[in-house]
Parts: sequence; C-alpha cells; structure tokens
Amino acid sequence: MSATETPTSSWTGRVREAAVEALPPEKLLPDKQPTYVASWIYVFGVASIASLVVIIASGCILALKGPAWWHYTGVGHFFNSIHLWAVELFFFVMVVHLWGKYWMAAWRGGRTRVWITGAIIFLVAVPTALTGYVSQQNFDAQWISTQAKDGLNSVGVGAFFNVTNFGQMYSYHVLLLPAAVVALVVAHVLLVRRHGVVPPFELEDRRASGASTTPANAMPSSAVQGSGPGSDGAMS
Amino acid sequence: MSVRGRLRPRDDTGPWRGAYAPYDLVKELCIAIGVIALLAVLLTVLFSSPDDKPSTIAQWSREMPVNFTAAAAKELAGTSDTAGYGPPYNHNGEGQHAAFLYPQKWLGVSHPINTANDFVIDPLKTVPDNPALASAIAQFQAAPEKTQKAWSEAYAKPLEEYETALEEKKTPAKTVSLNPTTGAVTVQASGAGPVGTMMSGLLALAKSGGLDGSLLTSRQFFQTDYTKPLLFMADGGLLSERAEAQHLLGEQWGMMNETGSYPGQVWLWLYTLWYQVEPFKSSENADILVMLVMGVLSLAFICIPFIPGVRSLPRRVPVYKLIWKEHYRSQQSL
Repeated sequence: MSATETPTSSWTGRVREAAVEALPPEKLLPDKQPTYVASWIYVFGVASIASLVVIIASGCILALKGPAWWHYTGVGHFFNSIHLWAVELFFFVMVVHLWGKYWMAAWRGGRTRVWITGAIIFLVAVPTALTGYVSQQNFDAQWISTQAKDGLNSVGVGAFFNVTNFGQMYSYHVLLLPAAVVALVVAHVLLVRRHGVVPPFELEDRRASGASTTPANAMPSSAVQGSGPGSDGAMS
Repeated sequence: MSVRGRLRPRDDTGPWRGAYAPYDLVKELCIAIGVIALLAVLLTVLFSSPDDKPSTIAQWSREMPVNFTAAAAKELAGTSDTAGYGPPYNHNGEGQHAAFLYPQKWLGVSHPINTANDFVIDPLKTVPDNPALASAIAQFQAAPEKTQKAWSEAYAKPLEEYETALEEKKTPAKTVSLNPTTGAVTVQASGAGPVGTMMSGLLALAKSGGLDGSLLTSRQFFQTDYTKPLLFMADGGLLSERAEAQHLLGEQWGMMNETGSYPGQVWLWLYTLWYQVEPFKSSENADILVMLVMGVLSLAFICIPFIPGVRSLPRRVPVYKLIWKEHYRSQQSL
C-alpha cells in the first residue's frame, strides 16, 4: 500500500476524508442532472447567487472609495445604483425561488436543512439590506434609522444594534452581515449538492396503478443512469 | 402517532433512479451573473437611485425656527419624545412591553442621553464670549430641579400652543412672534427665568451650524455616531415634514418606502402591514407587538417542513404539476 492510500490520523487528513466522503468531486460539480430538472423555476436559485455576486462586486467598488464617494461623483452614483438594483433583483429572484421550493415541498427526502438554510438566508438578508439603507448618509438614512430604532428598541435589540450609529451600521453592512449571508449561501449550496434537487411528487394515478415516476428502466438511450441516493441535484 | 412522528416531515421521496441529462452548472452560473449584471445596469440607466440630501440642524433652525425652539424647549423641560423614551436612552420610561415581556427595560440604558444637558446646556457652554448667555446658564444650573422644570415648561407652553395652532390651521396666539428678516423667535412667557436667553443662544448656535458639530462631538475627534443629532431632529418637525411629502410616514407604509418612486424595501411589506391594522395601529406597544408577530412568523417560515398542514399543502395544490410539466408529460408518454 502506498503512503497516499494509508488512512491518515492527522486532523487535516480526517477533515479532507470527511469532506471528500460527503461531497466527492462528481457530486460537488456534476455535469449531468436528473431529467426532471427542466423548468424555469430552477433558474431563480442560480439567479439569486448571481445577484449576490453583483451586489458584492458593486459593494466592493463602493467600499474601495469610501461611503461618501457616491454622493458627489457620477461614477460613484452609477455603482451605487447598480448596487441598489442588484439588491432589488436579489430579493425578487430569491422570493420566487422560495415560493417555487415551497410548492415543490423541497424539504422532502432528507432535505430539511436545505430549506432551513434557505429560509435563514432570506431572514439574514433583510437586516443586511436595512443596514445598507441606514448607511446611505442621505435623507433616506436619517428617516429610516429614526423609524427603525423604535421596533428594534422595543425588543431590546437596540441596546447593542444602534441604527442611528452610522459607524456601527456600516461595519455590519460591509462585513458582518454579508459574511453571514455568504457563509449561509455556501452551506445551502453544499447541502443542495449533497442531497440533490428534490424529485417530483409521484402522481396519484400512477401511484394507484403501481407505476413509478422515477422508472429506472425508462431512460432514453442517450441519458445516463444515476448512481444512488443523493447523486442528483442542481445548484438551484 | 407520537408527537415526534407528527413533527417529522413525511418522507416518501426515494432516490432518483431515472434518467439523467447533461447540465452545465458553471455555465449556467456565468450566464446568470451576466444577465443579472446587465439587468442591474439597464435599471441603473433607466432609473438611477435616490439620493436626497440629509437635513441638518442648521437647516432646521433656519427654515423652521419656531419649531426648532419649541423642540429645544421640550428637550430642556424633559417633555420631548426622546426625554421620556426610556431605555436604551434613559430611565424616564419603561419602554414598550407585551404582557409580561419588558425586553426594552431588561436590556437597560446602553446609549445614555440627558436631553437637557446633551441637547441644550452642554452645547451652549461651548459658545464663547457671551457673558449674558453664560450668566443665564449659571442661573439655570444653580436653580433647584423643580424650578428648572417650571421655567422650561413656562417657556415651552406658548411655543407648543403656537405649533398646535399651525397644525390645526388656526391663527396662533401672539405670545410667539417670528422676525421674518432675522429669523429670531420671541416668546412672551412669564416665569421662564433665564430660559429665553438660553433658547435664543441655542437658536443662534444652531443657525451657525455649531449645534450640528456640538451634538456629534463626544469623546474623541473622529465621529461616527449620529444618535444625538438624529434623535434631536426626530423630536422636531423637519424630518417628518419631509417624510410626509415623500410618502414615508408610518400610515403611508413608512419604512418599506424610500424617497421618490423607488421600490424601497418591499420585502418589509408584511412587517409594515401590521402597523396599518388594528389592534397594532392604535396600540402604544405596537412596535413590540409587531416584532413579536414577525418573530413568530419568521420561526414558522423556517420550520415549515415540521408544521402539519402547511408542509402538506404543496402536495394538495397542483402547482407542482406546472413546475414539473415536462417531467409528467414524459411520464405519460411512457
């Protein structure tokens, strides 16, 4: 037996082995999907990630130049507008994605954690956006912060999360909350990769007749046979 | 069925043993990024983004000197919204509660604000070379608390009556007059002690822009905390006047909107909805009640896979037949 095949006792080796076992490369980045992954609704998951990429990219440009830049330069205002519209698109496609996954009951087949992480992403994205609105340094920021404080203060959150403190909100907006959203998205995508895209419901008439909606013997000749539980899935 | 069994999501979903087709995830992601970026640029070119200039205390005091003076007098008297807010700013109120829940009170005062000292007296002390003002401050501070309050309220009362009359579109009493040329406010208030001198000094300081800086300056040179100037301005009428014109008030679905005709935070529609309906609309504890309702709904949203009825609705409503139309069609043809 070669040295590379010897089970390792190091922490690093164990982590690597566990990671590869949970998500082997062909499962992490497959180049084929079950044939039922053929609907426009699947586009909205990947569109959510794409929106997040555009948000982060435009946000990085704004961060490079500082919080006041976009108020007095046309280029800055342009990138701020891209940032704003990418956020609007992000929430739009994410909500459609969530509704789609609800009607697909996408938590079936051991995918509960996939749903939970997706729902938490939405809930964490809301304060991420709010901290952006109150960090704008314009009238919107003044008004929204003085209104939002009452709701947050009423439940005690205002004691450590002060929306009228620009410095604190800016830190949350450009680092802490985006980092949380990205970490959750990574976890969500890895869970999707691990468990695969939820298969369709079995139709009642086919169930009654004893036919399966997932017939192993019904493949077209050009299709490829799946390799067992969790081998299916798409990023969305 | 056991409780655990009832809570466990029904799982009749077996692994897929059917056909597979080529699917390029990386290509899909790259195309999606390109499309979203293009859409964002298109929306930017078409609609840009709002950026209404912020208000300042200097602007407020110049444009609405009576309103500013009335707000300042209430800060000194301890009768403003901020003065009686309670935690996290002061101990002058318990804050909101729901049944036995007093989280605002429990978390305590984390951003202490004494409106009389922080908004009025301390800024006035920074004004140089004004013996009359210095004497007025000294007289005010030397007086017992009861007298201070009596002076402040005596001065604030005619100002409040003036503001109320304007709101109700009535002719205000002549106890308050505004010099349209100089913007000076004169208040005929008996028993106000040195408060008139102090308020005139504060108005002058505010108009010069000095109060904006004074409220921001606290412990160090670099400043990022706007809590004090924002709370002071929120106690006055300038922000709400601008907000009303921009459909941003609470009864106008407030916080989810933004200036102009932009979509704003539309994802807060459900949160904002509760403020439009009873019993929340007229409740003194509306904020905590709405936050609790949203907390419960958010938890339910996360826990949908465990909620009987909600989790099985997708099986009963045939939206899935639309989603997997192609799949079912191919099944029928077999």
